[in-house]
Amino acid sequence: MNSMDTPKKLIQLSKEDLLSAINGLKDVSYTVSPNFNDNAPGPGDNIIKRFMFPQPEPLLFLEREGKDMVHRPYCVISKSSLNPDDDTSHHTISDTVAETIILGIRPCDARSLWLNRLACEEDNLFSRRVDGLIIFGLLCNKGLSTCFCEDVGGGHQDVRGMDVAMIDDGDGELRLWAVSKKGLYILNRLGIYEDDIIDGLMEGATDNSHEKVGDCSLLDELMSKDMLTLYNAPFWQDIKDSCLNCGACTFLCPTCYCFDIQDEAYGKVGRRIRYWDSCMFPLFTLHASGHNPRGEKIYRVRNRFMHKFKYFIERFSHISCVGCGRCIIHCPVNIDVREVIGLMRAVS
Amino acid sequence: MANISSFKVIGINKEIEDRLRERVRALFDKGVISYFIGYRGGTLPWLPRPFIAKRPNEADLLVWNSFLALNLANYAPQALREYLSGKDGDNGAKIGIVATGCWSRNIELLIKENQIDRDQFYIIGISSRGMLSRNALFSMFKDNGYPEEIIEYDHDIEFIFSDKSIKKVNRWELVRANCKSCAVPDPVIYDEMIGSLQGKRSISEPFNEIAFIEEMDADGRWQWFKTAFKDCIRCYACRNACPLCYCPTCFVDDSRPQWLGKSIEPEDTLMFHLLRAFHCAGRCTDCGSCEAVCPKGIPMRLLTKKLIKDANELFDNLDLGVYSPNDPDF
Repeated sequence: MNSMDTPKKLIQLSKEDLLSAINGLKDVSYTVSPNFNDNAPGPGDNIIKRFMFPQPEPLLFLEREGKDMVHRPYCVISKSSLNPDDDTSHHTISDTVAETIILGIRPCDARSLWLNRLACEEDNLFSRRVDGLIIFGLLCNKGLSTCFCEDVGGGHQDVRGMDVAMIDDGDGELRLWAVSKKGLYILNRLGIYEDDIIDGLMEGATDNSHEKVGDCSLLDELMSKDMLTLYNAPFWQDIKDSCLNCGACTFLCPTCYCFDIQDEAYGKVGRRIRYWDSCMFPLFTLHASGHNPRGEKIYRVRNRFMHKFKYFIERFSHISCVGCGRCIIHCPVNIDVREVIGLMRAVS
Repeated sequence: MANISSFKVIGINKEIEDRLRERVRALFDKGVISYFIGYRGGTLPWLPRPFIAKRPNEADLLVWNSFLALNLANYAPQALREYLSGKDGDNGAKIGIVATGCWSRNIELLIKENQIDRDQFYIIGISSRGMLSRNALFSMFKDNGYPEEIIEYDHDIEFIFSDKSIKKVNRWELVRANCKSCAVPDPVIYDEMIGSLQGKRSISEPFNEIAFIEEMDADGRWQWFKTAFKDCIRCYACRNACPLCYCPTCFVDDSRPQWLGKSIEPEDTLMFHLLRAFHCAGRCTDCGSCEAVCPKGIPMRLLTKKLIKDANELFDNLDLGVYSPNDPDF
């Protein structure tokens, strides 16, 4: 599923025209990925993760009134009162689906959206948020040396997870087409869509497209491995020796969705927030009893790879990795996920 | 799917690398060491991988070049705990480690702070010519992607990209600021040296990096902090890369009591970075690991740099950063 049928008709449009059309939409906010402007190869800044998993995400605000604790839809007073210019989204709980266009993310990041849906669909706050996202994906002309989306079942031209797909040929002109109903809807609203172009809609490229695809030899191979043999493989020892156990890989990863919840109190007001957590951290698995089932570094670093390339596969029949290569670029000690996959593959 | 990347060294570093491999193999063969902490080539030419060699033939994996940005002293306490302590008498074998100026100062500090035992380490000293900044590399080659091959000469470095284009750069353009302002590139503690000692370097303005912050008032500093640290994701790579950070439970990870907030709001980020920096006051060797490993390019080293300056001023220019083993007060 790495190639696609070329749609019969494409819309041709300059970047400026698309931006100004989007800018003119009422009640729709938008965010532009740096890739949209310069079409620099590679995944770029991970802007979609901040939409899927904003942090700190408020879940609850409470205020003491006499003897009672009263729920508030917003934070009455915050420690951020020091910064009046601070982003106010941290201080309100939204219960509506806000339409937000994400413009110019790469196929890997678009794919992370539906992969994360598999694990997070029962999370109302997550679902509500991503239901409002409208993804204008920008296909890759070429990748970086650290890109490996094709090895994990994606591709430079993969449109899954997108609503509108765009190609930038470098002359300032975009070629774009809708790949989902939401995509059709937004292009109609933008007034840059004509009915006859529906003929060119990609076969099967609807919201449910991911159910049919995603197979790759790596998936089959990892699926067939014995879990405990992988778990007890000797190579984890060497990986652990190098690993610093920092959270750079997990926090840059578009398919790492783990979080922790914390209650914070300031005087008479308090809030419950959700924020990113990482399986690399000792606190991640610390029990209230004081026991830590992953008390040693080796258990933690192993978990990251076992989760993505074994546990998630067993549970959802997909690899929990989109091959963006951010963890490879930014790991301080060159723990290369491609190499680890190779080691897991070689286990018999 | 991922191969060992192509990195060629020619000249001084090649001689050091060959000698290092030869010596480590000999130390394994003689039974002096059972393990060796060093760098090997990785899958990206600009990112060599720290590793622990456990067999004599792994000595041939060792590399020496200008891209060794992480301080290897960081691995010493863990290697000791996991590989030497509690083993059947250990027949006196040691853990070998290679050390430049700042790495050796951190090893000395770990000894003084009772984290490791001098007798259990065999230190091969190499005088540092300055390590390069990954972030400077990235911004220099923003439009070229990542280099696929690197050839390092004594003074110039050639970067070869996927389209076969070659960029030649004088290494000093990419040397990290902490290395440029380093007065003590020679190891202060070692069992043997490879290559010659350089002697103390005289630095005219060791603290000019932080002058612009010192000139600001409190509001200006807060604004600077909020801008410079706004991308911090609290991944703690800076903390984990720091050889000073060996606490079994970091104050950041403590939940009973909880010392600071977990969010990435500026107040919590500020608390984390300031507390981290103050934990390093009077101990930081300015090795630059924290800044080198940050995936967001945050300049947290400027905080510790300021503390080095303050410590120098408050303690009569005792040159705390030198960490001489012969210093009676240290």
